[in-house]
Amino acid sequence: MIEAKSINFYYGSFHALKSISMVMQPNTVTAFIGPSGCGKSTFLRLFNRMNDLIDGIRLTGECLVDGENIYHKAVRVDELRKKVGMVFQKPNPFPKSIFENVAYGLRVNDVGSKAFIARRVEESLRAAALWEEVKDKLKKSAFELSGGQQQRLCIARALAVLPSILLMDEPASALDPISTSKIEELIHTLKQQYTIAIVTHNMQQAARVSDKTGFFMLGELVEFSDTKKMFLSPEKEQTQNYITGRFG
Amino acid sequence: MNHTEAELQRLKDEVSQMWKLVLSQLEKAKQAFLSGDVEQAQEVAGREKRVDAYELRIDSDCENYIALYSPVAVDLRLVLSLIKISITLERIGDFAESIARHVVDENGRTMDALLLDDLQLEKMFDTLINMLSDCFVALESENTKISGRIISKDYEVDKLYYSSLDVLTAYLQDNPSSIRSGLRTMLIIRKLERIGDHCRNIVEEIVFYVDAKVLKHGWKKKPEGTIISHSNS
Repeated sequence: MIEAKSINFYYGSFHALKSISMVMQPNTVTAFIGPSGCGKSTFLRLFNRMNDLIDGIRLTGECLVDGENIYHKAVRVDELRKKVGMVFQKPNPFPKSIFENVAYGLRVNDVGSKAFIARRVEESLRAAALWEEVKDKLKKSAFELSGGQQQRLCIARALAVLPSILLMDEPASALDPISTSKIEELIHTLKQQYTIAIVTHNMQQAARVSDKTGFFMLGELVEFSDTKKMFLSPEKEQTQNYITGRFG
Repeated sequence: MNHTEAELQRLKDEVSQMWKLVLSQLEKAKQAFLSGDVEQAQEVAGREKRVDAYELRIDSDCENYIALYSPVAVDLRLVLSLIKISITLERIGDFAESIARHVVDENGRTMDALLLDDLQLEKMFDTLINMLSDCFVALESENTKISGRIISKDYEVDKLYYSSLDVLTAYLQDNPSSIRSGLRTMLIIRKLERIGDHCRNIVEEIVFYVDAKVLKHGWKKKPEGTIISHSNS
């Protein structure tokens, strides 16, 4: 389970997230929507401490993953990132073979034997619905894959180290409709094993893939509710104006 | 108003035009029935095709809007409501037409004038026309506060319907030679009662659109056959 408790986040003097509290239950998909600059990606990145490298940031409140405050001094970021995988907007495979891309996390963490790694690579590629397409060319460069396949490869890479949480920052925004459909189908399947949070600018995608949706604006969580409710009868006028395109 | 809103407004305008036509059909069917005016009845029957055409066009335009604009929230509720409202209006139009055809088939011969008074059919017609007009106002103004008033009028229609059964039964016992005509009149009364139910369905759709509340099937029958809502409306 992921929980945010009264999160305030600052980039220098800019107050990017304002008193955000939210619970994401296990095996659910939570979508974050909102206009550019509203703080949704900043909020997503908090959960595997991707914001840590930015100068001048400040955080108050608590980010809990399975009950543990991930910003506690005792928490090791590399251990956290094994538990919380991340997929980005643009597919970012390493300049390595398909096999080595998926095996990478296992190797740098010095996990398991050669046979174990081979098994995890296959399991991860299968989980990412890519195995059938690449099983005969595992030694080929990852760059030979299409954009949609590369994105699924990145998902497989994230799954290889057995995380329990998957963060996705606009994972299908650079893909064509067929690849997007595969990613969405994959999200639907993966939620049986993972807790997923996804940032998307595509309203229909949020409606299709998520169980819960949070609408952010100007750093505030305006509304957080069941996706069905959000897209049929949102509570707040701001939410309605945004999702119906009357924003601004 | 942006392009999306303009398209939605166009859908609403189409339904408004259909509404006015159906309202006019019902008013003319009433006049034709009560006065035995065959010419007016034929006019009503002839205009039924226009009602059907509106339904087909609105259905198609709503489908296109959903396919092209992927509406959500209040926009989605509006389009879904408009589809159902246009279907309901078409049914009310069918009833108006069949009342008119009855006048034509009977060549303007209506039942005994005193019986018509006792059956309170004019009052029933007027109540229904008021209900349909009020529904129109509720949608145009997006105001559901008058929904309670419309529903209470449906109770009135139901009461008139049940009392007319008693009146007609007594009349036919005294005038067995009029049984065929009496049965046909009963069918007309039944259609009027159904128009009341359809108006209530329209109110439910407007409440769904405006307030995002589902009233459907939230009614229970009173012992005497009239109905009462679970809700405050």
